[in-house]
Amino acid sequence: MQPLAERQRSFAAALLAPALPAPIGLIGPDGEPSPRRFAVYRNNVVVGLTETLKDAFPAVHRIVGADFFRAMARAYVMVEPPRSPIMLDYGAGFPDFIQGFEPAAVLPYLADVARIERAWTEAYHAPEASPIDPKAFTTIAPDELPGMRLMLHPSLRVVRSEFPALTIWQMNVAGGIPAPVDPAAGGEDVLVVRPLADVEVRSIPEGSLEFIQALGDGRPVLAALEAALTANSRFDLSGNLSDLLGAGALVGYRLAPDTRRP
Amino acid sequence: MSNRTLSALVAGAFVAAVGSLAATPAPAQSKAEMEKMMKEKQAATMKALEGGKMEKCFGVALKGQNDCYAGAGTTCAGTSTVDYQGNAFKLEAKGSCVTMQTPKGPGSLTPKA
Repeated sequence: MQPLAERQRSFAAALLAPALPAPIGLIGPDGEPSPRRFAVYRNNVVVGLTETLKDAFPAVHRIVGADFFRAMARAYVMVEPPRSPIMLDYGAGFPDFIQGFEPAAVLPYLADVARIERAWTEAYHAPEASPIDPKAFTTIAPDELPGMRLMLHPSLRVVRSEFPALTIWQMNVAGGIPAPVDPAAGGEDVLVVRPLADVEVRSIPEGSLEFIQALGDGRPVLAALEAALTANSRFDLSGNLSDLLGAGALVGYRLAPDTRRP
Repeated sequence: MSNRTLSALVAGAFVAAVGSLAATPAPAQSKAEMEKMMKEKQAATMKALEGGKMEKCFGVALKGQNDCYAGAGTTCAGTSTVDYQGNAFKLEAKGSCVTMQTPKGPGSLTPKA
């Protein structure tokens, strides 16, 4: 008999490759090979995974309908089976897959809607952290503010879309009502954050995404401001800071090390 | 804009932002408050489960039940061998995307001005 590791490998390979025969040695209670029982198991594995994707991407599911979603999800499962038994994490690559999925090309906004949903899931399961009290910033010397680094909530995600993906997502989640949307109406940048227990999804103005990404890269406020101004010369720093603080998106700060020596 | 101008802008912006938030109630909650909120949510969920409003999620088939997860009427003939990436394959989306279509059609793309 083959070593266990080899038998496990051929079992796993056959699970997702319907063209392959059932693994040798797989027998039913009658002692005979049982491809039908293996087929049930194959189907259950794929259906379990596609159901997981349906739960994780409800807006995409609603947009394309059950049949299309099932087919698209099956195709994804074939190319990217899970790497971990933790199902709440499955589907990280689904938005990119949708982007390249030819039958979905007529819906150019679909991948970005999936990105918003993926960001929602990641935010929901992200570690907890307490938002910083805005008053903490009044204790910092003004000349230390530009060099300061701001710490973002671990749940914070941003999504850029050249389509009105946020509007479309909102229409297709609880309580939303789908209505005609012009995909060329213009892009939307989205912030997703879960400061406490509930995930918030909101639109952010031009330049905000660049600002937040720079902060997330560990760049000081001044550099982040420059990045934002490059994207939008009318970027409003105080408005953005106020929004981020109000959204609970900031959890701390780090001052630049003091390089001055007496 | 020079670095000096930008730096002054930064300082002023923080003052303005903090000032504007002082008028609104602080969103920050203590850990104790958060735990209390979590417990309340847990209690509500348990109540919904016991009241039969929510289904428990069994991912694993119960012992002795080898039925198709997909349910009655679906095929257990293994997975489809259709190549979804092929051009010859026809798959049409029929969900809310139909409602969201404009007269221009589902995929009409005008380059951004």
